[in-house]
Amino acid sequence: MLRIFHTSGLALVFAAGLAAQPVFAETHNEILASIQKEASGTPGFQGFSAARGESFFKTKHGNEWSCSSCHTENPAVSGKHAKTDKVIQPLAPSVNAERFTDPGKVAKWFKRNCNDVLDRVCTPQEKGDVLTYLLTVK
Amino acid sequence: MSIYYRNFPRALVVAILAMSATMSVARADNDSGKYGGENRGKPLQPAQTNAKFQQECSNCHIAYAPGLLPAESWRKVMSGLDKHFGSDASLDVQDNKEITAFLVSNASNRWSASTAPLRISESMWFKRKHDSNEISPAVWKNPQVKSPANCAACHPQAERGDFSERNIKIPK
Repeated sequence: MLRIFHTSGLALVFAAGLAAQPVFAETHNEILASIQKEASGTPGFQGFSAARGESFFKTKHGNEWSCSSCHTENPAVSGKHAKTDKVIQPLAPSVNAERFTDPGKVAKWFKRNCNDVLDRVCTPQEKGDVLTYLLTVK
Repeated sequence: MSIYYRNFPRALVVAILAMSATMSVARADNDSGKYGGENRGKPLQPAQTNAKFQQECSNCHIAYAPGLLPAESWRKVMSGLDKHFGSDASLDVQDNKEITAFLVSNASNRWSASTAPLRISESMWFKRKHDSNEISPAVWKNPQVKSPANCAACHPQAERGDFSERNIKIPK
């Protein structure tokens, strides 16, 4: 009897703890882990590379813009929208802790920006490389 | 004396009343007939705003007040967000629905033309208010202005839907 009470009490504490968390908030490492999970399903996946992510970030891919057209070559500083000049807060989580903590926002912006820069969605490999690079920027 | 003349004072009153009624109708119509029927609404920004609209539509530019365009324009804009003036600005289905509803129900209430431009700057009221008699062509070439889409360059209160003349500050 006591044991049952003990277990259900623990479950209650656990549930309360979960409810106290902001909805969907994750750490950037959790976001990276979920991209990695996606990438690991593709044949020949050998992990992410910050160097590859950096060159992907700074290179044009057939369209007018690269990632750095708006986010600048230094993701630790503010950028501005290439068309409207509206200020864009820094992308690097080291200076902008909010970045890569909301999976919905991450998915929304990768979809939009990859479409603008590459005319297609990005592969999990490309997304993981870029995030790995951004996490190295101090 | 004929009946007509006996009733003349009454007829006059009726005639004057009828005329003034017609005139006030014409006056009310004037605002929606203005600018060839392409007039912005009043108020531009509703008293009750929508948090999703504020948040999503101000990422890349100011959240343009819904009264600047007619409902049909907003429907077109919101159904083509994946190709939004050269950028992908797509939203998920639920957010899109909520924001579209807000824009449509607060669209211009003085737009009587059947036109539905995608750009605010293509509407007749905008063109008339910003033609070369009003704004020198040099202003548009100022890098601080950059584009007619950049309302806030000269209308610092644009985000709040305030475009009143006394609040205009044209950058030098």
